[in-house]
Amino acid sequence: MAGTDNNSLDGFVGRDYAAGFVTNIEADTLPPGLDEDVVRFISARKDEPEWLTQWRLDAYHGWLEMVEPTWGQVQFPAIDYQSISYYSAPSGDHPKTLDDVDPELLATYEKLGIPLHEQAALAGVAEAQQRPPVAVDAVFDSVSIGTTFKETLREAGVIFCSFAEAVHDHPDLVRKYLGSVVPRGDNFFAALNSAVFSDGSFVYVPENTRCPMELSTYFRINERNTGQFERTLIIAERGAYVSYLEGCTAPMRDENQLHAAVVELIALDDAEIKYSTVQNWYPGDADGRGGIYNFVTKRGACRGDRSKISWTQVETGSAITWKYPSVVLRGDDSVGEFYSVALTNNHQQADTGTKMVHLGKNTRSTIISKGISAGQSSNAYRGLVRMNPGAEKARNYTQCDSLLIGEKCAAHTFPYIESRRPDGIVEHEATTSRVSDDQLFLCRQRGIDPEKAVSMIVNGFCKDVFRELPMEFAVEAGKLLEVSLEGAVG
Amino acid sequence: MNLLEISDLAASVGSQPILRGIDLNVCAGEVHAIMGPNGSGKSTLANVIAGREDYQIDRGRIALEGQEITTLSPEERAHRGLFLAFQYPIEIPGVSNMEFLKAAVDSHARASGDAEITAVDFMQMARSAAEQLGLNPEFLKRGVNEGFSGGEKKRNEILQMLMLKPKVSILDETDSGLDIDALRIVANGISEFTNPTNAVVLVTHYQRLLDHIEPDFVHVIANGSIVRSGDHSLALELEEKGYSWLEND
Repeated sequence: MAGTDNNSLDGFVGRDYAAGFVTNIEADTLPPGLDEDVVRFISARKDEPEWLTQWRLDAYHGWLEMVEPTWGQVQFPAIDYQSISYYSAPSGDHPKTLDDVDPELLATYEKLGIPLHEQAALAGVAEAQQRPPVAVDAVFDSVSIGTTFKETLREAGVIFCSFAEAVHDHPDLVRKYLGSVVPRGDNFFAALNSAVFSDGSFVYVPENTRCPMELSTYFRINERNTGQFERTLIIAERGAYVSYLEGCTAPMRDENQLHAAVVELIALDDAEIKYSTVQNWYPGDADGRGGIYNFVTKRGACRGDRSKISWTQVETGSAITWKYPSVVLRGDDSVGEFYSVALTNNHQQADTGTKMVHLGKNTRSTIISKGISAGQSSNAYRGLVRMNPGAEKARNYTQCDSLLIGEKCAAHTFPYIESRRPDGIVEHEATTSRVSDDQLFLCRQRGIDPEKAVSMIVNGFCKDVFRELPMEFAVEAGKLLEVSLEGAVG
Repeated sequence: MNLLEISDLAASVGSQPILRGIDLNVCAGEVHAIMGPNGSGKSTLANVIAGREDYQIDRGRIALEGQEITTLSPEERAHRGLFLAFQYPIEIPGVSNMEFLKAAVDSHARASGDAEITAVDFMQMARSAAEQLGLNPEFLKRGVNEGFSGGEKKRNEILQMLMLKPKVSILDETDSGLDIDALRIVANGISEFTNPTNAVVLVTHYQRLLDHIEPDFVHVIANGSIVRSGDHSLALELEEKGYSWLEND
């Protein structure tokens, strides 16, 4: 708390990371290292068909030929990929239903505020003013430990299950769409993920179906020295609608841990996918020790005419964030949106943004990015808007705002615009502002304490993005910002 | 009873002394005017009383209701009943006036151990205060000072004062940037707010606000010290003769 410190906006005193506990549970963890055998082990462990094992091996061989990208505005010591364990799962047989899940695991999710019991989730509804319940897939280290509301969803024809289950129960869908948006060789981290991905979520919404509830996946890294490599695949058939949310946390540890996920979205004619992320991986301590390396490839394909894909992300965690949720606008009149709040504090680094690739006629995209830097952190927006020759009358609007808190942080903006259409319209607006001492003094003079004041100012700055989040998550996101900013004022 | 008591207050920015020993006593029920030429230290005095950290206090003390507040944080001073209306109100984009006012009012309630006011009562209170100042209720939904005209910003400061009901209000150049009609509305708002238990200190360059709010005392600051105190007639004399009259004195 600032009393009469000279520098009201400077100085940091660490932060309170509530999700930083470790669950004590027996785990089967592969020894560190990566080779063909590891890839085969993971595939065998999941009882995968031969084509998928081969698919992984091809990805692995491709990856061996690739090098880590270096163009990001981030710095970190070289990662030793042989020191990471590529598979860890709670011991014992895989639980058939949630009732078979180890109580210790259930307690973990309860502690994180994620309802895994459908009854409890439903009971919560009455209190929360009749809000529809949210179906949850809980991924713990390398495996999904359970998915709620499967029956309710099945009645509506919606498939929501772990990726491993989908491989067994819906192999044709998986084979048709896996890697169709993010190819195995797309980039270094996507290739790595394609080789060793362990679990994740699978969603299929059939024609003209509106998914009856919000779907969400909650990712938790628990085991030491492991990486999490999950894969999410969401398919919305013609006229389908689904809103999906992912959340992520990890224990506080001094070592860095790697998270390299791939997310693929496919929207056919008139379909809409709304994908929201609240990313709260452990960011490391105030001195920059530990934290998650969040190197993620997310891409959606608007394959159908009049389809729409909307990414909303609130990124407050991770030591390093490197992700660019993108949309390929192939269908005519398709719409891509990207709403982002990225907050970095202490020594966190973020290089995040989006790619909007316009291929179809009358395609439209909107990018709203809000970057907040505090402490000695570095926060970069990197975005590409490309209009190909066929993208007649394509339009893009980009607004890219940076907010600085204190004197030692950095904000960067790297917009790339490639238009091959004379009639394409690309608008780009960018601002950089600072939480000023004047704003802070105004709040304090009115009796508002400095931490509340900064959080209020930052929330105001993010309003355009929070509006896009489902209601309950918008509230969560606001609280999360408040916690992440703790100690951001002297 | 002395609400605000300032004795031998000296303050500087860096190595530059700005206030050079100010003495001022403000009692309940009084209106004081502090006048002076540009750069005389009027605004510095207002900001130092409110606890702005850009200034260093070299000596002296400030007391509110008999209790020293010289080293308290700005928010603690606010909770004890000190209010500063800013000369240049700043914007807070995306934070609605309503949200801001509620946070301010709630912080006061918490500090004094009172229950927080209900949302309904709060809305009613805010609407009626806005109305009193000739502001459309829609005004409350807009971002704090975001895109406000100069006059709206000044009225917004007074709105905050009406909501927080401070013991001592220091109004820094609240009259500047107001047209004649707005000046009358703002002055009426201030006048209606004054009562035998609170006090108002008007910091102003011109006499025109004092035509609407009769001050009990007028003090003239020059070069960081109060060089003359008197009643309203001092302000009129200043208006007539200009500040150079005092400097040549």
